[in-house]
Amino acid sequence: MSTPVEQEQGRVEPIGSELVSEDKPWQTIVWNDPVNLMSYVTYVFQKLFGYSREQATKLMLDVHHKGRAIVSSGSKEKMEGDVARLHAAGLWATMQHES
Amino acid sequence: MIPWERVRDTVSSKVDKQEAAVLRGLVSRIDEILRSRQDEAPQDELSALTGIRTGPSTAPDDPILSRLLPDFHRLDSDDAPASKADRDSAAALRSLHEPELLDLKTGVAAVVLDTCPPRGGLVKLSLEQADAWLSAINDVRLALGTTLGVTEDMPDELPDDDPRAPHLGVYHWLTWLQESLIAALAGDEV
Repeated sequence: MSTPVEQEQGRVEPIGSELVSEDKPWQTIVWNDPVNLMSYVTYVFQKLFGYSREQATKLMLDVHHKGRAIVSSGSKEKMEGDVARLHAAGLWATMQHES
Repeated sequence: MIPWERVRDTVSSKVDKQEAAVLRGLVSRIDEILRSRQDEAPQDELSALTGIRTGPSTAPDDPILSRLLPDFHRLDSDDAPASKADRDSAAALRSLHEPELLDLKTGVAAVVLDTCPPRGGLVKLSLEQADAWLSAINDVRLALGTTLGVTEDMPDELPDDDPRAPHLGVYHWLTWLQESLIAALAGDEV
């Protein structure tokens, strides 16, 4: 499973990335569904997470082609908020503890 | 309907009388379904006292409501049955977050009903109102998509004898409406 956002963080700060993953034990996953438009999913990722259009498009394509993408990671409370906001936008999102 | 156009912090379009009636009818219907769910929320003296609202802890049986109000954990995975911990956590998170989610969804429906003229005409929206339209239209498309059994490669038209055929036309119209609104909103960021 590819996680573009974390990979980018990892490239910038390879040593710190382990700490990041320890501090961020929860992940928000967005699942593919046949109704949500690709343009809308991209728009929502940009708006909710402040991702660039390029990042948001990459995540959207992961959802579309791989069936799911990790769109954010962090504390349980933070992920609860992210999932709630994605549900408000109509995306199919869940959270899980990083395995 | 004409494509949405953005001028600075305003987006606008025109709807004819029939389009306005269809859109308002569908948004009102979703609003009713959401309110019926709100009425199922447990009422107790403690939450009345503290102001902390709790929603139902179980997912709705209705497939439309179930799609509009998903679980916080994936409980239907094909690989492995959900653990008890996940099921308990999903129940607790639903109970905690669902009242606000229902408020947000009825809120965006109200924005459409406030700004879409019942007899058709000019629709002029702030960017915030436009985002509310996007969410509300998306909720309608999710509901219609669930009922119609929409798939990734849904054809543009179904055979005339398919009872879903006329509804699919509405679904595709809403898709166009949403795409056009996104293009108008996102257009300046290229």
